[in-house]
Amino acid sequence: MNKKILPYLLSLPALIVTVGIIIPFLTSIYYSLERYNLALPYLRGFIWFDNYINLFTSHEFWNTVFISLTYTVATVGIELLIGLGIALLLRVPTRLNNVAAILLLLPLMTAPAIASLMWKLMTNPGFGILSYLVGLVGLTNFRWASSPTTALFTVILVDIWVYTPFIMVLLIAGLRALPKQPFEAAELDGVPRSFVFFRITLPMLMPYIITASLFRMLDSIQQFDVIYAMTQGGPGDSTLAFQVSAYLEFFQYTNVGRSAAILMVLWAITFFISNIFVKNWLKLRERAAVVA
Amino acid sequence: MSSMSLLETVIRRTLIALVLLFFLFPIFWIVLMSFQTNEQILRIPPSLFFKPTISNYTALVSGELVTAVGTLKLTFTQNLWNSAFLSVASVFLALVLGVPAAYAFARFKFRLGEDIAFTLLSFRFAPPLLVLLPLSLYFTDLGLNDTYIGLIWIYQLIALPLILWIVRGYFEDISPDIEHAYRIDGHSWAGSFFKIAIPLALPGIAAAGLLAFIFCWNNFVFALILASADKQPVTVGALAFVTAAGISYGQIAAAIVLSILPTLLLALYAQRYLVEGLSLGAVKG
Repeated sequence: MNKKILPYLLSLPALIVTVGIIIPFLTSIYYSLERYNLALPYLRGFIWFDNYINLFTSHEFWNTVFISLTYTVATVGIELLIGLGIALLLRVPTRLNNVAAILLLLPLMTAPAIASLMWKLMTNPGFGILSYLVGLVGLTNFRWASSPTTALFTVILVDIWVYTPFIMVLLIAGLRALPKQPFEAAELDGVPRSFVFFRITLPMLMPYIITASLFRMLDSIQQFDVIYAMTQGGPGDSTLAFQVSAYLEFFQYTNVGRSAAILMVLWAITFFISNIFVKNWLKLRERAAVVA
Repeated sequence: MSSMSLLETVIRRTLIALVLLFFLFPIFWIVLMSFQTNEQILRIPPSLFFKPTISNYTALVSGELVTAVGTLKLTFTQNLWNSAFLSVASVFLALVLGVPAAYAFARFKFRLGEDIAFTLLSFRFAPPLLVLLPLSLYFTDLGLNDTYIGLIWIYQLIALPLILWIVRGYFEDISPDIEHAYRIDGHSWAGSFFKIAIPLALPGIAAAGLLAFIFCWNNFVFALILASADKQPVTVGALAFVTAAGISYGQIAAAIVLSILPTLLLALYAQRYLVEGLSLGAVKG
């Protein structure tokens, strides 16, 4: 077969499916430049950047930005700390550690929407075990996802439960792939363990930490399943993150144009993060190639 | 680490136990709830000891819920079937489309090759609603509204990039020399692809397929927006229980258990592939 057309032939089917997906994507870009409300079809028209201007001058939008950023910083930060801690605990591949690592994968295998449902049952004010337990330590009126002051905390907690194992898996793989010599040398020389951790382990693990964090950041800033299943953005606007806000704008207020504009802003942010991600990833690949 | 003292071992074990408690307790507790009657669930203080009942499961599986006001129809078995069918079909399609493309990206340097590959990867990172919301407006016009085909196509948004990038990395790790030797022997290109390249990359294909299956099964938002009532998977079906009248908490718990059991068992059974897929997907591509 002709060597020139073969690669195109092989990737063509995948490409066709992809093009089908790009079309709605482009439609979204166009919608974001339109005055388009499903309830008021006769007002539909091209308005350039008015949707964006309206967004950037609205209090609701900045609330959404604030909530999404809080959610992202909190989930990625805490998951990284706990995930790194667990990875260090389970670093040595003993049988006990391996069994623990496998069991810890289970939350990650749970559908995030279902995970929220599980936590919803556990935090039910009437019979939830967690409501009961916090009641025992004196927090009798802790209302989890049904109070605006604790709703964001509750969805962040579910996110941590589901996704910390992801960071753990990557960092255990990273720790176990590190060359042994520097650690053996440090032990022979009697170097203090805090020094080994901050000057050897952490720097060598850094590419893995950055990759894992960027992956999680991209997911967190777009989080929909966990939040929608738990609170649908409420109570009030206390958990109205980007995609939840766009969803409600579309289905509840039928404002297609504004919904598309919100998503375009989110897309710009994720595009920015994923560019950093790809660069870092290419670097990591080169390094892996050198080691191999 | 030979220098580990007894005290350190004790601290480590305690910490591991605490970590396991936090991450496994919710699953354990929901499983307990699924074997309880509503009266047992509502009892305060909650108790670990109770007479288990399987009535929650029989109600879900038989599809009939007898309540004081009458009999209620449940469609949860249909949800389970939808999840299984959608996930298996989507992964199958993604493999058929993705493995040859991954091979092309790994073996040939061709014009637009990297651009196409990058576009496919970027789907992994774009907000899914950007594609789903406009689609919801013309899904009916396309005739995809009440079909599995439309959903399987949209599931490629998550399955295809995953397969493509993990399998591509695998092909790149295999030296092309073996294939060259096989072809110098007089075999066709297709022969070397099916007889040499695919078998050698099989562990990678298995890891990618497994991960794609789990992601498809766990997906919520695609079906929430695009699926008609009788095509909805368990993730959407179970959530609908919360607002449905006449459904007890034990039945919601049982629905949760049935929804997560397949992926949990799969994960335990094939954990080696899973860990490999997760780390490859992140570190290698």
